[in-house]
Amino acid sequence: MTSAVLDTNPGAEPRTTYINKEYGVASWLLTIDHKRIAILYVIAITLMFFVGGLFAVLMRVELLTPQGDLMTSDTYNKMFTLHGIVMIFLFLIPGIPAVLGNFLLPIQIGAKDLAFPKLNLLSWYLYMIGAIGTLVIIMLGGVDTGWTFYTPYSTAYSNSHVVLMTLGAFVIGFSSILTGLNFMVTVHRMRAPGMTWFRMPLFVWALYGTSIIQLLATPVLAITLLLLAAERLLGVGIFDPAIGGDPILYQHLFWFYSHPAVYIMILPAMGVISDVIAAFSRKRVFGYEFVAFSSLGIALLGFLVWAHHMFVAGISVYSAMIFSFLSMFVAVPSAIKIFNWTFTLYRGSVSYHTPMLYALGFLGLFAVGGVTGLFLAALGLDIHVHDTYFIVAHFHYIMVGGTVMAYFAGMHYWWPKMTGRMYPEWWGRLAAMLVFVGFNLAFFPQFLLGYLGMPRRYHVYVPEFQVLNVMSSAGASILGVGYALPLLYFLWSLKYGKKAGANPWGAVGLEWATSSPPPTENFHETPVVTWEAYDYHGFTEAGYTEGSRER
Amino acid sequence: MFTDFPLFPEAASSVAREVDQLYWFLIAVTGSATALVVILVILFAVKYRRTPQNEVPAHEPENKYLEYAWIVIPFIAFMAIYFWGAKLYFEINRPPDDALEVWATGKRWMWKFQHVGGQQEINELHVPLDRPIRMIMASEDVIHSFYLPSMRVKRDVLPHRYTSVWFRPTKVGRYHLFCAEYCGTEHSRMIGSIVVMPQSGYQSWLAGGAVASPVEQGRELFTALACDTCHADEGPRARGPALTGLFGSEVRLRNGQTVVADENYVRESILNPAAKVVAGYEPLMPSYQGQVDEQQLIYLLTFIKSLAPEAERPPDGGASNDATRSTITGTPGTGNRRP
Amino acid sequence: MSAEAHTGKEHHGHPRLQHHFESMAQQHEASSLGMWLFLTTEILFFGGLFVAYTLYRWLYYDAFIAASEHQNILLGGINTAVLICSSLTVAMSVYFSQTNRQRALVWMLVITMMLGLAFLGIKAVEYHEHFEHHLVPGDHFQLPGAPHLAAQAQMFYVLYFFMTGLHAFHMVIGLGIYAWLLIRAVKKEFGPEYYSPIEAGGLYWHFVDIVWIFLFPLLYLIGRHQ
Repeated sequence: MTSAVLDTNPGAEPRTTYINKEYGVASWLLTIDHKRIAILYVIAITLMFFVGGLFAVLMRVELLTPQGDLMTSDTYNKMFTLHGIVMIFLFLIPGIPAVLGNFLLPIQIGAKDLAFPKLNLLSWYLYMIGAIGTLVIIMLGGVDTGWTFYTPYSTAYSNSHVVLMTLGAFVIGFSSILTGLNFMVTVHRMRAPGMTWFRMPLFVWALYGTSIIQLLATPVLAITLLLLAAERLLGVGIFDPAIGGDPILYQHLFWFYSHPAVYIMILPAMGVISDVIAAFSRKRVFGYEFVAFSSLGIALLGFLVWAHHMFVAGISVYSAMIFSFLSMFVAVPSAIKIFNWTFTLYRGSVSYHTPMLYALGFLGLFAVGGVTGLFLAALGLDIHVHDTYFIVAHFHYIMVGGTVMAYFAGMHYWWPKMTGRMYPEWWGRLAAMLVFVGFNLAFFPQFLLGYLGMPRRYHVYVPEFQVLNVMSSAGASILGVGYALPLLYFLWSLKYGKKAGANPWGAVGLEWATSSPPPTENFHETPVVTWEAYDYHGFTEAGYTEGSRER
Repeated sequence: MFTDFPLFPEAASSVAREVDQLYWFLIAVTGSATALVVILVILFAVKYRRTPQNEVPAHEPENKYLEYAWIVIPFIAFMAIYFWGAKLYFEINRPPDDALEVWATGKRWMWKFQHVGGQQEINELHVPLDRPIRMIMASEDVIHSFYLPSMRVKRDVLPHRYTSVWFRPTKVGRYHLFCAEYCGTEHSRMIGSIVVMPQSGYQSWLAGGAVASPVEQGRELFTALACDTCHADEGPRARGPALTGLFGSEVRLRNGQTVVADENYVRESILNPAAKVVAGYEPLMPSYQGQVDEQQLIYLLTFIKSLAPEAERPPDGGASNDATRSTITGTPGTGNRRP
Repeated sequence: MSAEAHTGKEHHGHPRLQHHFESMAQQHEASSLGMWLFLTTEILFFGGLFVAYTLYRWLYYDAFIAASEHQNILLGGINTAVLICSSLTVAMSVYFSQTNRQRALVWMLVITMMLGLAFLGIKAVEYHEHFEHHLVPGDHFQLPGAPHLAAQAQMFYVLYFFMTGLHAFHMVIGLGIYAWLLIRAVKKEFGPEYYSPIEAGGLYWHFVDIVWIFLFPLLYLIGRHQ
């Protein structure tokens, strides 16, 4: 065991850290310290994750039987809509960037803070307005349009709180834009001396790619939702068929954001996985440049494939062919990453700590999620599986098997840095196993259901789909336990966890060169970087580890 | 309890087999790639696990050739998948000339079908075996999606526009019909069935429900709405263009454009006559928006289509048969583009 | 940046240097890059509307021409001139802050704001005209001269009101920013060492002007030749 190392100079205690520097509610709510803002985010985002999860649980319970006997159809429709909205806009999109990115990006490049600390706090407040607004909408009766808000259903037919919800999503969108802007300027202008682009951790590269998407795609969603809300309020608008409006235009504009948004959710996850796999293999990520550029490749190609969500919606045969072709390209950078991660393990020193278990699980689940994307990009096959449970399974493999696994990997990996405490390793491994098993049981049957033809968003279904649905619900309950455990032991560890040293994993990276938890200004002296990224080889040769590794 | 527990859907149309073949091909290709990754991960994770002897790994040089290999090889596989998928998609969007047309209207939350013989059905569609069926579909309200899993076809059904899809049933039986695009409260109950019958059975089924054919109804409506006062075939210079032989032909418009007179064009010309005015005519025609419903539109369209000589029926080809030539995308070659 | 880390020490005394920057130069670079990125976002924000405009103009060409005949080209032209003038004063405000001419800076900010208010006033007059001529989309919409194109001409006016309305909203925000800059300029906070806010505000103002430079031909001029 190399974990849980004591601080190297216990005589310096009690140190001033970002946590104990100031006390009181105001010192948190008015803070401009990126680390404190990350903590504010983690509290809010965790809450939203469990709100979204609650809807999922209720849906899975309802789907145990084909008849739809637990709730009315209207209620069920609101369940899946709110599950989607909460999970996507309030958990997956902000999740890794706003929590882990906020905390680590400045530290990893040796900066004192993000470029615009006040803007960072504003982002959190915008997020909170959106989040609280969503909770209020839930109290008022919710929304039933699906998270996609397709017109003309959303503009003219739905009887739920569409206007409020789209405005909520609009506000959350601006929170996301401002975070991306902040990250981008920070990476360009705030790197420590010697921290060249190719010395940056791949997590920073991934966040940089994410920021490009946040900046360029989110405003298109913002204007689209604004147009939608205006049309619903005023009774006339650009999607209104009565004056020649086109519902397909709405879909184009919506997916121009929402497809790149998928990469907003997965790219930071890929960055986390790069860092975690390197740390627990004690090796430089194989093909560092390829992995770095594949993040940018995904960010750019991601803008060219939006209409693959519309292959059966009424676009022309030729445009479908072009978008399918481009969709095949965007699969290449993901394949590059998968193989490079796999070969990072080769001849490494692989440990099975909790973050690594999540990362290894990510490799398998993301691979399945990725290749099933090919099924959907293949035009002739998409006609059959489009809008069925196949696509539900596909994106849950990416979003839950990918992003959520990576989020948990990152939370466990950086928990000692964020809190100065170790989480209980045994419980961590147990939860990781439960999540992996529960996830596969919950979502693999949905591929079969989809190919059988069960459409998504179905409250009642034909009886022959029941067995697979029961399996899925059973898996979901295991998954639920797997997610509840970390919440409990993380909270427990805040008080009872072993104290963590500056570098409990023997990992490289600037965040491990400062104390745990870091001081407000991150480093007592601005670091000067003279080593390459993931320089585990040089790190050990230089005897850098003596202080931080137990012998 | 669960005796009926299928893991794979029935294949009951001519394209179903090919879709399934592509599916199995994809499973084989992607399954082996995924298996390779998983096996390597497990192998490396076990073999190179951290032990006291293996605390510090040796420096491992990068390997550019390996990188190029896993860029190029997957890409070749992706291209193979692309071409197969695109070929299939093209087929599914190209109805044969002799397709039997069935009109469908989606309405929250039911499917209405209108056969050319006059029979109407709700949530149940009878079709003959081994005959290509072309569905011409529109919605009265929101977007729906016409989905026949055992035929492996699906197409969104949009308001204010026709979309189409075709299939050739190859197996007698009763299969599911689902609405696949979320359309509100009872979305999951907007289901029905398609009944594939042998030719003989189909004929007797048709005979059972015979009523005035849609063409006849359309002709009556055409007179009742006084369309014939302007669109008369005789007369030196009628106020509106003659409709005989119109359907499927190319029409020159006032502004110099040319369009093919397909279902969507005729529909638009009834509901919004000013949008595309034929060259040599004034925009005099009033809009019939609100005066004819979806069902009456079907009658009028079948009537106008019946006026087209058989030889002038739309030629085969993805472009002209894609009734979904949506206002957005404008298939190339239709001359829809402004000069 | 490592070089600046040392020279930065000299600037440490500057009261406007925020704690997390090493030097005024770094702070200035960050602020200007931030504003440029924000404007990129803004372009995409308006981009959705321009896409919709392009599509519908292509589909409903005749209706769009008929609708644009009802635009008041004189007022639109004056407004264009007003905005171009304001861009000049904005550019000069940056120059005067760099050259430390405090009075001139204040004057430029004041004139910019006056021009901005003039623009909004003229726009309000135009909106009033549209309202009187029943050109506001909805039940009372009328299109004299081409009633058969009325339905699709409404699409033009929906886009017109949305695009110009959003633009006017940006002008209002711009006026707010300039009011804040003016207060600070009166307190003589800006100078050759510290003019990032003036420059960033100027970038924003120029952007809003440029949007109008696109809106004016699209909504007023195109189709007039017939």
